[in-house]
Amino acid sequence: MSNKTLDLLDAGQNARVIQVKGKGPSRRRLLEMGMVPGVVLSVTKKAPMGDPVDFKLKGYNLSLRKQEAQMIVVEVTGGVK
Amino acid sequence: MAEKIKVAVAGNPNVGKTTIFNALTGARQKVGNWPGVTVEKKEGTKKHKDHILEIVDLPGTYSLTAYSADEVVARDYILEEKPDVVVQVLDSTNLERNLYLTSQLLEMGTNLVLALNMSDRAETRGDDIDIRRLESLLGVSAIKTAANEGRGINALLDSIVNKTESNPPLPHEIGYGGRVEENICALEEILGSDRELSKNYPSRWMAVKLLEGDENALSKLSSSSIEGKVQNFLSDLDHEEYEVEMADKRYEFIGTLLPQVCTTCAEDVSPSDMVDKVITNKYLGIPIFLTLMWGMFELTFAFATPFMELIDMFFGWLAAAVTSNIETVWLASLLGDGIVAGVGSVLLFVPNIFILFFVIALLESSGYMARAAFIMDRLMYTMGLQGKSFIPMLTGFGCSVPAIMATRTLEDEKDRLITMLVTPFMSCGARLPVYILLAGTFFSRQAGSVIFGLYVLGILVAIVSAKLFRTFIAKGQPSPFIMELPPYTRPSLKDSLQHMWNQGYLYLRKVGTIIVGGVVLIWLLAYFPQGADYGSADSLIGSLGKLIEPLVAPLGFDWKIAVALVFGFVAKEIVVGSLGTLYGTGEGEALSSALVADPGFTPAIALGLMVFTLLYVPCIGAVAVIKKETGSWKWMFFQAAYSTAVAWILALVTIGVGNIVL
Repeated sequence: MSNKTLDLLDAGQNARVIQVKGKGPSRRRLLEMGMVPGVVLSVTKKAPMGDPVDFKLKGYNLSLRKQEAQMIVVEVTGGVK
Repeated sequence: MAEKIKVAVAGNPNVGKTTIFNALTGARQKVGNWPGVTVEKKEGTKKHKDHILEIVDLPGTYSLTAYSADEVVARDYILEEKPDVVVQVLDSTNLERNLYLTSQLLEMGTNLVLALNMSDRAETRGDDIDIRRLESLLGVSAIKTAANEGRGINALLDSIVNKTESNPPLPHEIGYGGRVEENICALEEILGSDRELSKNYPSRWMAVKLLEGDENALSKLSSSSIEGKVQNFLSDLDHEEYEVEMADKRYEFIGTLLPQVCTTCAEDVSPSDMVDKVITNKYLGIPIFLTLMWGMFELTFAFATPFMELIDMFFGWLAAAVTSNIETVWLASLLGDGIVAGVGSVLLFVPNIFILFFVIALLESSGYMARAAFIMDRLMYTMGLQGKSFIPMLTGFGCSVPAIMATRTLEDEKDRLITMLVTPFMSCGARLPVYILLAGTFFSRQAGSVIFGLYVLGILVAIVSAKLFRTFIAKGQPSPFIMELPPYTRPSLKDSLQHMWNQGYLYLRKVGTIIVGGVVLIWLLAYFPQGADYGSADSLIGSLGKLIEPLVAPLGFDWKIAVALVFGFVAKEIVVGSLGTLYGTGEGEALSSALVADPGFTPAIALGLMVFTLLYVPCIGAVAVIKKETGSWKWMFFQAAYSTAVAWILALVTIGVGNIVL
């Protein structure tokens, strides 16, 4: 299986969200911003210093620090490495 | 008789909410604070047909949970003030996420008008949004707007007025299904038994929030008869599971709604993504960022210089005119040396502040500020801060007061506290006149480098202090970074000017009262007791200087500098005016010559004084804002004591090294 946490993806890869781990306000915020199980996203870019990482989901750009991205378990669905 | 309509404007950040608000109300706005908190509140009125619309701009939020102070303010306003109409501004090119907030506003039972903004962009993209269908599916009114072109504003006003005349909205429900619904029903029943409560808050909304584990909602029950019962009910539930399920259902609801409203709404690679390939590029991102920041300062100062020269000339002329035309000596002195000089030295600075705020507004509304936070986050994170801290700290170069206010964008209390405590080290515009005087006088050729060095020193002190505070005071990790990178937008000149005016006006108001008061106080202390020479050792101010001289003597500062520093607390630029008063020269060339002629005023002392001015206790305005924003005397005194101690030590080092090198 190709389940990974979101921080391990490279720019250009696509994935589907399986689960949002963790708890508290940051998890709630992730959910509200559309990081719900089933959502499809792609990695658009990384910041010049490699972190944070910017994702495209639901037609907009959301950037997360790798630390937050680690809370999200995804299934890699394709895209270019 | 005109009927009043209370209107609240809600919406996600970066959807053009400010533009809509400005277009609705016009330039006459009342800017203040929401009671009890430090979130900015903007209000305005608009007469439309036979109605007077009282319009309040709610803070931009993605949701209405209690995630940040902004959200609590927006939510409480809707709950407590019960506006007649809520206008939600949406980005037509990103309906899906925007409708999440809509779902929450509907759940609260608001009388909702949707402004589908940026409709021009959606149209260019080929999106065809069926707003009639959207209206009937959600039971709301919807208008397409393109606020940057002024399109749809009149229709929006009509729609607001019509909305109040139509029937109250049907409460809109998102079915959550299964056990969630069961629990909502059970909670609603408990809540319904308290009449007072269910009259104030929509029961279903309250039940939903309670299930999500919303503590702010729970606190609203604290004085009610059913609090115990509710807590008992909630204690068995796992809020985390409910959170996912409910967010999921809301997006599912939106997911079924959207295809009916817009069949052509397509996701594609937006132009912003292309632009970002360059702007946030691994190799280009940081150079571009630094270039923009450098450009911002060049623009600010180069642009402001002619205005500053004009203001300087005018007040010089006015002071001379006043002194020579009034016969009563003390009055002439008060007006000329005190008030006119004071107002002049303060206003001298207004061009800088206005231009800086204008540029910051341009960067913010263009979408670049978010990229700056994105690019800088890694670096800020290593200092124990986060990308968003960058914006207030940048604003700190203009003025600490709005900069400290700008920390409101930080959701996390610790991040916010640390940012507030270190922001005053960013060399604000008010310190610049001191550098210009001293560096210009003593380091004429290298003045530019000296001033640049002071800015760098301020940044370094801020970094080290942030690190210290994160280790010893606000322990722990910086808060999560979950931030939208909004699409790039052509910034609106009008909105930026409005922002500049609002912020500049706040600064001016502060200047008008506190700073001029400070200068007059200096004049009084310098003029009295009667018979003493103006500003001499015999005057009150001289006695005060002598009193505190021992404290700064190790630095080589004499009583005149001591006095100037004390009054620099009123506002740092007063150090200049105060030195002018104390040397009996006023400002400008005469003061420079007097300083050079003073054997106690060496270049090393000048450098030390600049370092001290940069770092010691920020001005009274900034200190007052720290008190207000932290809500604590403790942090205010801590910041004052810490910064003065740092200033003393680093000035000592500077002067020590300066004595050897210079």
